[in-house]
Amino acid sequence: MEASKLPGFLLRRMVKAAIVVLAIVVCNFLLVHAAPGDPASVIAGQSGVADAVFLEQLRRQFGLDQPLYVQLWIYLKSVLSLDLGFSHRQQAPVAQLVLERLPATLLLTGAAFAFALAAGVTLGALAAQRVGRWADSVITVVALTFYATPLFWVGLMLVLVFSVWLEWLPSFGMSSVGVEMQGLEVVWDVAQHLLLPALTLGLFYLAVYARLTRATMLEVADQDFVKTARAKGVPEGRILRAHVLRNALLPVITFAGIQAGQLLGGSILVETVFAWPGIGRLAFEALLARDYPVLLGVFFCTSVMVVLFNLLTDLLYAVIDPRVEVAG
Amino acid sequence: MSLLRVEGLTVALPPGGDRPHAVEDVSFHVDAGEILCVVGESGSGKSISANAVMGLLPKGLPVRSGAISFEGRDLLSLGAEAMRRLRGQRLAMIFQEPMTALNPLMRVGDQIAEVLRVHGSGADAARRVPELLAAVNLPDPAAITRSHPFRLSGGQRQRVMIAMALALEPALLIADEPTTALDVTTQMQILRLIREIQSRRGMGVLFITHDFGVVAEIADRVAVMQRGRIVEQGPAAEVLNRPQHPYTRALIAAVPHGAAEARAAIATASVLELRGVEKTYRRGGFFGARAVVRAVHDADFVLRRGETLGLVGESGSGKSTLARCVVKLVEPEQGTIAYHGTDLRPLSRAAWKPYRRRIQMVFQDPYASLNPRRTVGDTIAEGPVTHGEPRGKALERARELLRLVQLDPGAMDRYPHEFSGGQRQRIGIARALAMEPELLIADEPVSALDVSVQAQVLALLAEIRARLELTMLFITHDLRVAAQICDRVAVMQRGAIVEQGPTSEVFAAPQHPYTRQLLDSIPGRGWTPPEL
Amino acid sequence: MRDFWRRFRRNKGAVVGLVILLLVVVLAATAPWLFPGSPWDMAGAPFSPPGEMGMLLGTDSLGRDVAAGIAHGARISLLVGAVSTVAALLVGVTLGAVAGYLGGFVDDAVMRFTEFFQTIPSFVLAILLVAIFTPSIGSVVFAIAIVSWPPVARVVRAEFLSLRGREFVQAAEVLGKSRLSIVLTDILPNALSPIVVLSSLMVASAILLESALSFLGLGDPNLMTWGFLIGSGRSVIRLAWWMSVFPGVAIFLTVLALNLVGEGLSDALNPRLARQRGGAA
Repeated sequence: MEASKLPGFLLRRMVKAAIVVLAIVVCNFLLVHAAPGDPASVIAGQSGVADAVFLEQLRRQFGLDQPLYVQLWIYLKSVLSLDLGFSHRQQAPVAQLVLERLPATLLLTGAAFAFALAAGVTLGALAAQRVGRWADSVITVVALTFYATPLFWVGLMLVLVFSVWLEWLPSFGMSSVGVEMQGLEVVWDVAQHLLLPALTLGLFYLAVYARLTRATMLEVADQDFVKTARAKGVPEGRILRAHVLRNALLPVITFAGIQAGQLLGGSILVETVFAWPGIGRLAFEALLARDYPVLLGVFFCTSVMVVLFNLLTDLLYAVIDPRVEVAG
Repeated sequence: MSLLRVEGLTVALPPGGDRPHAVEDVSFHVDAGEILCVVGESGSGKSISANAVMGLLPKGLPVRSGAISFEGRDLLSLGAEAMRRLRGQRLAMIFQEPMTALNPLMRVGDQIAEVLRVHGSGADAARRVPELLAAVNLPDPAAITRSHPFRLSGGQRQRVMIAMALALEPALLIADEPTTALDVTTQMQILRLIREIQSRRGMGVLFITHDFGVVAEIADRVAVMQRGRIVEQGPAAEVLNRPQHPYTRALIAAVPHGAAEARAAIATASVLELRGVEKTYRRGGFFGARAVVRAVHDADFVLRRGETLGLVGESGSGKSTLARCVVKLVEPEQGTIAYHGTDLRPLSRAAWKPYRRRIQMVFQDPYASLNPRRTVGDTIAEGPVTHGEPRGKALERARELLRLVQLDPGAMDRYPHEFSGGQRQRIGIARALAMEPELLIADEPVSALDVSVQAQVLALLAEIRARLELTMLFITHDLRVAAQICDRVAVMQRGAIVEQGPTSEVFAAPQHPYTRQLLDSIPGRGWTPPEL
Repeated sequence: MRDFWRRFRRNKGAVVGLVILLLVVVLAATAPWLFPGSPWDMAGAPFSPPGEMGMLLGTDSLGRDVAAGIAHGARISLLVGAVSTVAALLVGVTLGAVAGYLGGFVDDAVMRFTEFFQTIPSFVLAILLVAIFTPSIGSVVFAIAIVSWPPVARVVRAEFLSLRGREFVQAAEVLGKSRLSIVLTDILPNALSPIVVLSSLMVASAILLESALSFLGLGDPNLMTWGFLIGSGRSVIRLAWWMSVFPGVAIFLTVLALNLVGEGLSDALNPRLARQRGGAA
């Protein structure tokens, strides 16, 4: 896309993102009200044993005796002022709980995403290049295997092999407990803790990206402009890089954008298995305690992260593909 | 010594095909400074021969025997790397589909520069690329250098392809149906361009086509292919005017001759009258710039009983949209579509239904116009059954109709994929006729067919029209076809009818400049197919 | 039909997948006879390793038979996978068909709605739904269906959109057929192949999703599931690896089989695509 049209494009996408965020807030609100029983007890985060005075106070605070649209308005206002509610279980504001845990999750998902994308695209491209030969078969089978394996089980098996049997890597947490460290030691320690969870989360998406890259590369390789390049006398290696791969990456980027949400969802499972102190772990703890405000907060926060990520991929796409604005 | 010499070339087809070899024992040669046209219908092996010369045959089609020598070197024994160095440098090729032949993500200039670069002349790319674009008569070469392909029209892209092919001044240019996907006026420009560059540089050109008009326009010599073999070859004038082989004779006999005979004026009552019909498309959604396209405007016409009116125009002229407005496949915003005086435009879906029996349509693409999951019999009987006719009776009538369109009634229980393109088009005609319509709209009914099949379907349409006294609205981009079948023609350009009148008058004395341009662009207009 | 089977058989992986899938179905069907009684009952000493005490796959912390759990869990996995897929198909096909056939404003609205559901993290939403509506087989199926329909809607919409413009559909319009009859007899039958392929993959991902929910303790508390087995083995993995390994293998094999069958169906229903994929897979 031409640089002059970028601001307008960006603005349109941001408006769209804002609408999605708003819709998520409404979705949250509806979930609270769709729950069986008293919305106040959902907000209180306690299953039936809350005291009446407290519930009454909540009802007044959220205007639960008023018409639904008033309640929605109150709720919208509070969420948009970044007040995600209060966890009465943990005696802390939800926003604070989530924000504390967010960096750990971003580290984990970021590492897993980078690994999955880099390795997935490479393997997919390799397979497409050697289509029908043994390297292709091996990659295809490996990708299918990871594609069909439950994430949490892969995590457990990695723990079993690398922590329990081989004792190479730590099996839980983000850093070693009770050890004084500084500088690079800390980084090394976190990296060791990160390896298994990031691998677990990444393997599934590696499979997804590898399969997708292989399929789109084969599809692109059949297109007319590749034949043109061949007729021009372009060497095969350059055809692959400059013509096939570049075009094949577009659907992979689109898909990676769509998958961002799944990645964050998967982190709940991985963080549970590895006791990684991120928002996924927070969600699991909230789940055990039926602490709904925290769960809703996690849902809101992850959704916003996905929207932001999609904004980024849109931007990336617009830079790579000159046709974007024409396609609308 | 010839520039290119192909001797006894045989290329195998994968097992299970309709014949063992894609091309068999094919021999021809191209000299420097001449254009050899290889002409044949689809599946005749003409493209395979061209790809074999370029060394671009797909893996499933191996060369079994024969020799290809180019500038004295045996191409078939050349290694992959040596062959690659020849391609783009000494041998160049352009393709049929300009819309997909360029990398959508790469700027036009970079794609042309790439040829120079991979053959070691990348240094003067910045200077050469605009020169090349100018040489193929593209306006503002500097701007086009920086453009991405999606900004260019089909004709412009084909010029870019030619510029790219000519970048290193190859000795031989292979053109595989380079104008088939283009409109007739653009086709003529590209043909002239190829001819001009070829004679200026003394290049040899191997030109693949299915169109004898194009052959007449451009060829020095001709080779005719049928089912993988060359059945006749010789100088263009010889083959075109005195064809020897029965197949060549049949092909040339099937070419519409393009001369419109004077017909008696038809003064019957009007069946269909369009006034002030307008259809505008607005593209773009909630966000994003809207583009407004006036698909149809200023396109009034009257169609009288028993008359055939041709709507003629290039792609995007609005002729198909206009025809679809008549049957409510497209809903215009304005105007009246009067059928025997009743305005059909405002009618609801239900109110329209009775008129479905009176107005029917035949479609362009024989491969897309039949439901692949329904038997031929059911397809034909479906219309009457929808309108309440008992199924048994409708099927009985379908059987008769198959005979009318010269198909075996045994086709009733078979599925569309078992039939050839021409046979499918007959089924489509039978489906329309099953409703016993008064008005038949034919939307490019022969443009997807090979020329010999095209002639048969046109003859069938003419016969049925006479026998059933049909009134017909005939949409076509091919002026030669229009001349053959239409009483009157209406020429469309950018959504409007710019000229209409009796076919012979419009052809003999066109009034509008666009009509003149169209007529001038008919390929091979200087050649009158011989009476055979 | 014979053609279909011939093309399906050509894909060796698909045949293997079909065999595995049939074995799982047989296991699920015969579970009450193979392992009579409740899988929740104590069958042996706690933490017996596989092969000892007559326990083929060992026992868990309460002495329950892991093999019995897997056999009974197969019933739930297949049931949840099938029912939630049917529900998601109903929603997805309807919305996709309406959007694709009607186009215009309706299409815009439906697709925005679909995009929204695709944007939000589906697993988090599923957790939230099950948690709020209290875990039961009904809420699990509901949650899985809610998060799985958007891809169906997209595929069906794309198919309908392209088929709607095809000439045989226009011909049906010109013949005067009703909208419903065009959708049901002209468009839908021709859009079926991708829907069939997609549904086999959806059953697979539904099984994965169900196991993940159960793993987090969100399964139906009265039903034995594979995910629950792994979840209960998680904290004792150093003591009893078999508790989490074998149910995981069961999930893996079933999901793998469904994916292989999906690829076979795709090859058999779209011969052209199969060739494009290089035919080796």
